[in-house]
Amino acid sequence: MNTETSSPWKQALNNGLISGVLCLLVMLVGLVESFGDTYIISGMITLGEIVLLAPVVLLTYTALRSATNSSRRTMVGISAIIGLISGCIISAFILLCQVVDLRFMFVNASPALFNLLMRGVPLPLGALIPPLQCAFASLVTLGIYLIPSRLRASVVQGFLWVVVFGTLRDQILIIDLFKIQPFSFILTRFVFASSGLSLIGALFVFAISAGLAYYLRGRKNRPAVIRSARVQKRNRIILIAILALIILSLPYALGLFYSEILDTTGLFIMMGLGLNIVVGFAGLLDLGYVAFYAIGAYTMGVLTSQLGGLTFWQALPFALVAAWLAGIILGLPVLRMRGDYLAIVTLGFGEIVRLLALSDWLKLYLGGAQGIQQIAQPIIGPVAFNSLQKLYYLILIGIIIVAFVAWRLKDSHLGRSWMAIREDEDVAQAMGINLVLTKLLAFSTGALFAGLAGTLGAAKLTSVYPHSMTFIVSINVLVIIIIGGMGSIPGVFVGALVLVGLPRLLSEFQEYQYWFFGLALVVMMLFRPEGLWPEARRKLELHEAEGSIEPPITETVSTGQ
Amino acid sequence: MAILVAKKVTKRFGGLVAVRQVDLEVKEQSIQSIIGPNGAGKTTFFNCVTGFYNPEEGDILLEGKPINGLSTDRVAKRGISRTYQNIRLFKNMTVVENILVGMHPHLRSSILGAIFRNSGTRKEEAEALEESLRLLRFMGLGGTGDLFAKNLPYGAQRRLEIGRALASKPKMLLLDEPTAGMNPSETHETMLLIRRLRDELGITILLIEHQMRVVMGISELITVLDYGAKIAEGLPAEIQRNATVIEAYLGRGSAEGIMASTTPSQPSGTASSA
Repeated sequence: MNTETSSPWKQALNNGLISGVLCLLVMLVGLVESFGDTYIISGMITLGEIVLLAPVVLLTYTALRSATNSSRRTMVGISAIIGLISGCIISAFILLCQVVDLRFMFVNASPALFNLLMRGVPLPLGALIPPLQCAFASLVTLGIYLIPSRLRASVVQGFLWVVVFGTLRDQILIIDLFKIQPFSFILTRFVFASSGLSLIGALFVFAISAGLAYYLRGRKNRPAVIRSARVQKRNRIILIAILALIILSLPYALGLFYSEILDTTGLFIMMGLGLNIVVGFAGLLDLGYVAFYAIGAYTMGVLTSQLGGLTFWQALPFALVAAWLAGIILGLPVLRMRGDYLAIVTLGFGEIVRLLALSDWLKLYLGGAQGIQQIAQPIIGPVAFNSLQKLYYLILIGIIIVAFVAWRLKDSHLGRSWMAIREDEDVAQAMGINLVLTKLLAFSTGALFAGLAGTLGAAKLTSVYPHSMTFIVSINVLVIIIIGGMGSIPGVFVGALVLVGLPRLLSEFQEYQYWFFGLALVVMMLFRPEGLWPEARRKLELHEAEGSIEPPITETVSTGQ
Repeated sequence: MAILVAKKVTKRFGGLVAVRQVDLEVKEQSIQSIIGPNGAGKTTFFNCVTGFYNPEEGDILLEGKPINGLSTDRVAKRGISRTYQNIRLFKNMTVVENILVGMHPHLRSSILGAIFRNSGTRKEEAEALEESLRLLRFMGLGGTGDLFAKNLPYGAQRRLEIGRALASKPKMLLLDEPTAGMNPSETHETMLLIRRLRDELGITILLIEHQMRVVMGISELITVLDYGAKIAEGLPAEIQRNATVIEAYLGRGSAEGIMASTTPSQPSGTASSA
């Protein structure tokens, strides 16, 4: 008995300390202050407070989860302790800053931040505010934790959606569709305030999302209705049609701001699909992938600006061939290298290409730091693809082609050879796989896809600069693949939406983009190393059994005993 | 007639001579073993034959044509296939895919064929799949095709590795300690399997083996290596009685005590250390 009661308290102490330190981290990075005036619910809760209290809530929850069997009173104690400790750490830091000036180290530890943390109460008394606030948060967490499970999940979802909608107020109101009258009136009048949701709006969002979550959870528990194959197929077609319709209407329904995000995300998806072949399928770590994008973009630039004078479509094949050749040229010398060496050489290649573009030597052709302007945009018949919205469709077609090719290659014997090389290069070769040829195919196919993305990217901006071809872009594409799931094609889409789409959507967060990248990577590696949408292997044997009339296999040569 | 001939093959690593002037002839459709203490150069010899190493001296001929200096993929295409001492499957691929990779030398479809999935490619893929499944059943792995290779039990992994080597329809199969780590019944089954490969599929088999029961049970000819050099060659019965061999295994002076025993090598026979 004794050991059982002592451990939750120890855990509470631990979690309290951790959450206190996390709170400090969050406020010292500047998150709390910069979101201090972004209201979630107008006049009541700011995003800054949510971010500050998030560690408290999370760690209270984990402590409670491991103390499930404790009495109600113990649970209250645990929550209170965690909240109070975190709050005290914050207060202690504030008091410390009164005595010692720490701003040379922590730039964000400003009086304004402290004022925010103490909710405007002057000091001696104000120091009590953070502990009370944190204890309040952890006790609310306890309250929610004690609700029965189905209801609890709905309540949590309700809260989450309120936070999401509150944060995204500006982004929602900017949507073209919502500028149309009935929507616009309802949204600005009732749902949203000048910053964040209005109280009515918040209740409304909470009720709808919690109710929906409750209903959906109930449905999931009911036994599945068995539908005939025909009905299933029909439902699938309807679903695909609706999805296609939504995807096609996106740029015009959402407007210019979102079209920019969609286009950029699309270009990253294309690059991700290409790099996925190199890194995900064949296991060749390429850190200079942006070079191929640059080569595609610059070839397009040189050929269609004043120097070349070609149209987009005339220049396209040249740009693609240039990128493809670059893939082979890089591929040939580095094929014998493995792992780390390959990564370093490709990194160097990426930098060489960028520096060449920047150099005085080629300035006459590539424009040096200024890059190339007035790149032609594609024209098909009477339609000039001269806006972000129109280019969306070209990028979409590009993605479809690239994804289709990647998918077909993955399921071919070439795809299997790539995976075999990824798994064990020596054995793959001993199976008769020509390493040079197979790796070259991976490199050049990946380069080709990036080249295509480059041409469309050049057409989108009508200009190219060496400064947009930095190492960090290569890393960005790589992280997309890792977060999405190595070797997984749908994973690239998910990864690009999360890592490219979301940060651009939340422009306030842009400053903290890499902070969140790092956090996302660490969390992923700890809890979901296979990625958000992991690669699935095809079921070949089962598939075969379905198709053939062969009787089930009974013959077994040897089964152990 | 000899399918594989090695003439005075020497492989050095710096100052160490791993394989020294080894001559070896393997008769077509025979089962032949290479034995020797740890570090005798057996696996290095395999690596020379498969093209993983390029021997400094000597010639290796497959069906009368030289194969030394060829890369491993070329050697594989000539018809030599192998398994590894420590199992080296493609762990994160399914069982069928492992076999399909083994079939690589016989697949012809091009990259464009794969993208457009024309009728030729579709037919080839379907046939390859059918054949892999047949091979899986032959190996006693029917029904496991969609599992990840890493999730198979140990014995099945060994069998899958042999199956993958068979998928390329080799003329000759090199097995590096095929029964390492197996229990007696699994070992027995593996011996039966090796015989079936020769009898039913007509494949020549050269194996490295530590378990003397296996070596003596299935080999038609045994070659003994020690410190990279061939010290004896002969029928199982001859090797068992060969004083040099016993000395190599157990050290000088212990030969007499072991002469009577039929399983002379307990110390190195049970474990399968590298």
